[in-house]
Amino acid sequence: MKVQEIGAILEGEFLCGGEWAENMDVDFGYAADLMSDVLAFARAGSMLITGLTNIQIVRTAQMMDIPAVVFVRGKRPQEDTVRLAAQSRIPLLVTMKSMYETSGVLFAAGLPACIIPHREAGGEEH
Amino acid sequence: MKDPVVLDFPVEGEDFLAAGEASSSVKDTLKMLGVPSSICRRAAIITYEAEMNLVIHAGGGMLRARIDEEKVVLVTEDQGPGIADIDQAMREGYSTASDQVREMGFGAGMGLPNIKRNADRLDIESTVGQGTILTASIYFVGEPQPSA
Repeated sequence: MKVQEIGAILEGEFLCGGEWAENMDVDFGYAADLMSDVLAFARAGSMLITGLTNIQIVRTAQMMDIPAVVFVRGKRPQEDTVRLAAQSRIPLLVTMKSMYETSGVLFAAGLPACIIPHREAGGEEH
Repeated sequence: MKDPVVLDFPVEGEDFLAAGEASSSVKDTLKMLGVPSSICRRAAIITYEAEMNLVIHAGGGMLRARIDEEKVVLVTEDQGPGIADIDQAMREGYSTASDQVREMGFGAGMGLPNIKRNADRLDIESTVGQGTILTASIYFVGEPQPSA
């Protein structure tokens, strides 16, 4: 799904990278307010949906090959966050929708989830 | 690539603005060297988690990446408080991070397990009161992938 299309579905505003969004695809969605979870479970090519706005969101996106980020609940990041995202060519989008609604409308529009592998307590995977 | 490429970065403790810069450079270098993107990503996850540990827990330290034709070896070294019980620290959900760190979305007790998951080999040497050396290796070919 094109990032530009996601912007339209979410009635969002691009804080940076709107000009790249037309040609940028995401394959999955992952929603979390816990970067530790994103680092463990988000797949490459996922749109990150989050309510956190600090600069580490963009760092996390860089590391995880996350092409674009949407901030929910109308939350706006500080300037240094936007600057790093612009340098890293990661479009940032802000929507007034909640995390639940954002995830729901994107899922309904056909953006698949990242499947989390089954794990035993203690973190061993199968 | 004939000679190994070695990158060294000092990492400041508690500097949350700069945290991740070293990992970002390591990832860029791996990409530049033509390392496959899935391996770049695993290395980036390991370095970033380890770098955040230096920033959050250790009062800073050194991050080193050594890349040769067979593997990338990622090492962090610090003079922090050390890890009293490594088995406990390897369990998901166990964390000693502050509320400030948790508010930033870290400190959920996922870091070391996530490093282990992405590494082909992981060694942690730690002495309480003296510090920790973490060494994680990813092999480009021939070694088993971590269970997925």
